[in-house]
Amino acid sequence: MLRYALKRLTSLVISLAFASLVIFFVTEVAPGDPARFMLGMNAQEDTVAALRSELGLDGSKAERYLDWVSGMAVGDFGTSYTYRTSVGGMIADRLWISLPLALYALALSTAIAFPAGIYAAARRGRPGDMGVMGATQLGIAVPNFWFAMMLVLIFAINLRWFSAGGFPGWDKGLWTGIKALTLPAIALALPQAAILARVMRSSLLDTLGEDFMRTARAKGLTRRQALWRHGLRNALIPVLTIIGLQFSFLLAGAIIIEQVFYLPGLGRLVFQSITQRDLIVVESVVMLLVFSVILVNFLVDLAYAAVDPRLRQRA
Amino acid sequence: MRLSRSLIIGAVLSAAVLAMALLSFAWTPYSHTAMNIPDKLQTPSAAHWLGTDHFGRDILSMVMVGARTSIAVALVAVGIGIALGVPLGLAAAARRGTWLDEVIMRGNDLIFAFPSLVIAILITAIFGPGAVNAIIAIGIFNIPVFARVTRGGALSLWEREFVMAARVAGKSTPRISFEHILPNVTNLLIVQGTIQFSLGILAEAALSYVGLGAQPPTPSWGRMLADAQTMVALAPHIALVPGLAIVLTVLGLNLMGDGLRDLLDPRIRVQR
Repeated sequence: MLRYALKRLTSLVISLAFASLVIFFVTEVAPGDPARFMLGMNAQEDTVAALRSELGLDGSKAERYLDWVSGMAVGDFGTSYTYRTSVGGMIADRLWISLPLALYALALSTAIAFPAGIYAAARRGRPGDMGVMGATQLGIAVPNFWFAMMLVLIFAINLRWFSAGGFPGWDKGLWTGIKALTLPAIALALPQAAILARVMRSSLLDTLGEDFMRTARAKGLTRRQALWRHGLRNALIPVLTIIGLQFSFLLAGAIIIEQVFYLPGLGRLVFQSITQRDLIVVESVVMLLVFSVILVNFLVDLAYAAVDPRLRQRA
Repeated sequence: MRLSRSLIIGAVLSAAVLAMALLSFAWTPYSHTAMNIPDKLQTPSAAHWLGTDHFGRDILSMVMVGARTSIAVALVAVGIGIALGVPLGLAAAARRGTWLDEVIMRGNDLIFAFPSLVIAILITAIFGPGAVNAIIAIGIFNIPVFARVTRGGALSLWEREFVMAARVAGKSTPRISFEHILPNVTNLLIVQGTIQFSLGILAEAALSYVGLGAQPPTPSWGRMLADAQTMVALAPHIALVPGLAIVLTVLGLNLMGDGLRDLLDPRIRVQR
């Protein structure tokens, strides 16, 4: 297990190094000088040069890359060009919206997908199964930002159960915060729930064909008992992997959904920073998202190896 | 060979969208850019079958021309994935177990680890919004998908007798890859291509929605939705129509992909 963990850890570090290089250099070739952008087109050359030096933009690319990466390693994301405040602080503020939103959506997606997948698998080939599968086809085809707009139209504008957007802040109470994130979380969760329900169903169907299920039935368990006691637990392994992977889709999806609901999360921070050419913020947010995705995948791999000894041996 | 219901429904939906896009080159009810403020935000009527938007533009005409943008972006992005991913996958399979295979597959894993939408947003934001950059941003993430599918399909083929025979006949590895392996993984590529095409339509819509896809005056379904967002309370149809266009297109492609997989993958057929 240790050897496997070390191997995965090496690949985690390589992935992170590669990701940081790509993100840094993609952002570096961006047209437009942040210093000139901040000072306007008519600024004097020496003023621009002074600001460039103050922002740390005058070093070589390699120096600046190392500065950026070594800073991030100790939690220092640098200083925003536009707001002159710590990027880490700006990200932390926004994370209080984006992270709960992604987790809320993950919980909803699981809560919808598990019963739907189990129901469909238990009724394979019957109308109930076909209904669930049809619904999941539709769920996968719906763009979540459009679904979000439809939710706003129905539940905020027509029924007035929720507000159409914005976030009152967690200091207004937990319930108020959760309520403001409910429509965005539903919009975010729908396509993921559809995918997860399909995985749950096919994984359960695979398990139902296994020898140990036949043994369980032969011992006298009913179909339902065998499904709950033996099938479900074994079918969960691939499902948990997908749940881990979905975290990345949810974080990325949150960027778009935040636009629909005017939520001041990481997504809005990214778009705002892009228009202000505040590249250090863009770099850092993207790196943070990539880091969390790579980390979650790493943890999923480890968890998977912990429950399935075959994986450890293969490594 | 029986055509499945999902293949038929999917093919009909996809063909309808394609036909609509092609028809728009020759005919649209109105010009998709013609503004007519007095007629703004009209609900569907005989004159404007799907109503008008906040500038009085005919929504049906915009949706028809928008289909062109969606299809073009997704199609070229799939093309990039096939053009680069398939040779990589073939090479990895031909040199299986060597450093080349390892480098290609680990490179794939690296790209897979990235949240594609975030990187697509980064690329289009940095290099400027527009259809070409959207294509590149979506296309990059298709490369590892096709490389992996090709390699997976090709690996077992390399052990087959007809490949051995080609080898005995003195054919080189690249020649065997293209003449014998590639035709036998085409089915897999068609199925994967359909799926990536539908994902490309969704990605293009998302990028256009946040203003990073095709730019005005080129209509795109995603941007129509972004424009509709502030009007949704006044005229729900202007948000409903482009959204339904995306849903039906993606649904059609996904159903077609499922149907094609059932049809082209003999293993699934046997299981049924």
